[in-house]
Amino acid sequence: MTSARIACLKGLLGAACLAATATANATLPIQHWQTSTGARVLFVETHDLPMLDVAVDFPAGASRDTPEKAGAAALTLGLMRGGAAAFGEDEISQRLAGIGAEMSGRFDMDRAGYGLRTLSSARESSEALTLLAAVLQKPTFPQNVFDREQQRVLADLREAESRPEVIADRQFRRLLYGGHPYSRRGSGDIETVAALQRDDIVDFYRRHFTAGDAVVSIIGDLTRSEAAAVAEQLTAGLARRVQPLPPLPAVTQLESGHLSRIAHPATQAHILIGQPGIKRLDPDYFALFLGNYVLGGGGFASRLNEEIRQKRGYAYSAYSYFNPLALEGPFQIAVQTKKDTAQDALKVAQDTLASFVAEGPTPQELDAAKQNIVGGFPLRIDSNRKILEYLSIIGFYRLPLTYLDDFPAQIERVTLDQVKEAWARRIHPDRMVTVVVAGADTH
Amino acid sequence: MLTPSLPVRSALAVVLLICASAAVSAATVAQRTLANGMTIIVKEDHRSPVAVSMVWYRAGSMDEVSGTTGVAHMLEHMMFKGTAKMPAGEFSRAIARAGGRENAFTSRDYTAYYQQLHKAKLPLALELEADRMVNLTFAEEEFAKESKVVMEERRSRTDDDAHSQLYEQLMATIYIANPYRSPIIGWMNDLQNMQLADARGWYEKWYAPNNATLVVAGDVEPDEVFRLADKYFGEIPARVLPLRKIQTEPGQLGIKRITVKAQAELPYLVMAYHAPVLRDVENDREPYALFVLNGILDGSDASRLNRELVRKSRVANSASSSYDLINRGPALFFLDGVPAEGKTVANVEAALREQIRVLVEQGVSDDELRRVKAQVTASQVYARDSVYYQAMRIGMLQTVGLPIDSSDLQVKKLQEVTADEVREVARKYLVDGNLTVAVLDPQPLDGSKRPRLTPAGGGHDQR
Repeated sequence: MTSARIACLKGLLGAACLAATATANATLPIQHWQTSTGARVLFVETHDLPMLDVAVDFPAGASRDTPEKAGAAALTLGLMRGGAAAFGEDEISQRLAGIGAEMSGRFDMDRAGYGLRTLSSARESSEALTLLAAVLQKPTFPQNVFDREQQRVLADLREAESRPEVIADRQFRRLLYGGHPYSRRGSGDIETVAALQRDDIVDFYRRHFTAGDAVVSIIGDLTRSEAAAVAEQLTAGLARRVQPLPPLPAVTQLESGHLSRIAHPATQAHILIGQPGIKRLDPDYFALFLGNYVLGGGGFASRLNEEIRQKRGYAYSAYSYFNPLALEGPFQIAVQTKKDTAQDALKVAQDTLASFVAEGPTPQELDAAKQNIVGGFPLRIDSNRKILEYLSIIGFYRLPLTYLDDFPAQIERVTLDQVKEAWARRIHPDRMVTVVVAGADTH
Repeated sequence: MLTPSLPVRSALAVVLLICASAAVSAATVAQRTLANGMTIIVKEDHRSPVAVSMVWYRAGSMDEVSGTTGVAHMLEHMMFKGTAKMPAGEFSRAIARAGGRENAFTSRDYTAYYQQLHKAKLPLALELEADRMVNLTFAEEEFAKESKVVMEERRSRTDDDAHSQLYEQLMATIYIANPYRSPIIGWMNDLQNMQLADARGWYEKWYAPNNATLVVAGDVEPDEVFRLADKYFGEIPARVLPLRKIQTEPGQLGIKRITVKAQAELPYLVMAYHAPVLRDVENDREPYALFVLNGILDGSDASRLNRELVRKSRVANSASSSYDLINRGPALFFLDGVPAEGKTVANVEAALREQIRVLVEQGVSDDELRRVKAQVTASQVYARDSVYYQAMRIGMLQTVGLPIDSSDLQVKKLQEVTADEVREVARKYLVDGNLTVAVLDPQPLDGSKRPRLTPAGGGHDQR
């Protein structure tokens, strides 16, 4: 990271940064600056296709919900396109369709925002950006749209809460994170969503969709100066941040294991095993990520798949993953198998995890993991859509702009001992949350 | 996509843009046929140093016969279970070590296998695909395990999913004779009784170079791909393929209705109409008009079904339509909806029928037509962002038997569709004599079985 970029990240205003941000990345020439209102911008210029992709993200994901108003974050995002500036709901949709543009919400535990894909021709891009700018900066939250969408969300929740995978996920989050915001689902709960008022939405929007917290990612057929104008257009009318958002509370690690069994009439048992995992900016990120390829992230090449599916035929899907977030997102193993084999499959998953943590990968496994991740690196950035997502992650989590350039070398550098040590220190097979939905019928 | 996947064509969830058959510009597509009859197609895209290789076999679940439904998909799974040179699992390990991603998919019309990798690793993918086209070992033990895996896949995709169950029953009701009536993954009973010999028989029947197409897209040179293809696949002898009999569905004699009881909270309704499929890119008109009709009903949030049923009258929580004009077999035009709180499936059906009536009586506006056409034009550009998707579209066109260079022509034909044509196909095809209605009668978890989310003791509780 150059000093110019550091200066920008520390909050100099746009004009000062604009002069000093030319970059020389080998893989992807990412340009970075701030808008006049302090929004961070990441831009890749590419004229191969006559189109452009934009994403604007805010720290307004599910973790920003309060327990009493869980579901407000997701509903706010959805309602922003339900009317904005002088545009009614139907007009926004019709105008987007009329130029073949696609605008869609982006939502996870940490982030919420909108993505836009449009042709780069003047008429189309201008209209599309006008609509996106209105949705981001001037949502009107009409009462009738609020009422309707609240009812729709409630209906979806009622359906979802009968589904075994949803029940399992919900219980898993609760046991993993207790009262921490990461225990919350984006959708909220029936009781909390039913209690939401339009004012809650207006309030959530006002506090979270501010210029200083916005991250604008742009890739496509436009020049740097055009991109600068786009970023201004999308953020100049955002509210200024009155006070910084409170930091999320620290995630506490589990002190003991917990097994939860929930009865369900489905034919398959849904098994989840896990614990709080890693942060985006985690010193152990690469060691844990690489190790997980061997354990359960590498598809057919992984131990969990080998043991549960290929050797025993217990399951169609068996895998593990880390979901790195601003704080420690979940580490999770997931298996689905018919009820008769649930107990055996659970044991195999637990044993596979325990022996991996105790012994680490073999040198051959580690070598194969590196070959796949390093050799397959070009596949991670082979489309504008994929690059846009990396821009968003780099911008939102303040990763180095050289993150992608450095990625293969970071993987290569990890040693077998580092993987073993990191897994032994961070992952605790004896203190896992285990949820089995449908499992109770076998006892 | 970590495991062999099965694109159950949930016709109910297909969006307009994905249907844009014309999404790939044909400008730089090169094609050859090897001496053994295998077709090789190359689409250049030099934006990134990657390549996708796909081998498509013109054999899907529609080629199956009664009693062995699911065998096309079962064989797809067995294709990862080894050859003399590459024992079970080695194919996947070799691709993984090369930095590749791989998978396969089975549909009613075809089965395809693909690898995405750095362009320098393309020869490995071709060598391994050629090997398993002829040298597959069929070990009883591997088959026994893999059939269990497939049954788990069926439980997960269908048996535990009320909408999938409904769709499966619906297809079996719509078609009496056409093999589209059977699920791609197969009936559970057929899976339980499937023999290794069934899978082997399928392989010997259909897995031949003259029934296959190799599609390579990415940062590659056509001549080099042709050379490699000839090197690896050229030696494989052609085989006489079984006669494909045309299975024409007998005419429907009246409206059909079914009810499916399955575990769910909300009711759901699907209306499926027989509709023509695209066979002649140049001279057909109706499939293009039906495609545009689908866009007018459900091309965007402001399209008629969402606007009228969800936003305005609030009879439905969701409502959509779908139509897939590219199939080896016959096509269907679907309408579906979930009733809103206090409304019934009968209300939703009445509202959908009202939309058809209004459309037939009053036609469509120029603005609506323009919006659908703008979306078609834009989606053609967007599709070029994905190398994988470009290869996918070419493989589908080829396998279904449409000219692979007809993409631009299809877009042109869609642009020519008139308001009158849209109205006319609605009038002609969305009629009761073509219709099957399926209703999901939800069976909620009863009170005693309803999951309680309080932990059942032991370990730590809510922290």
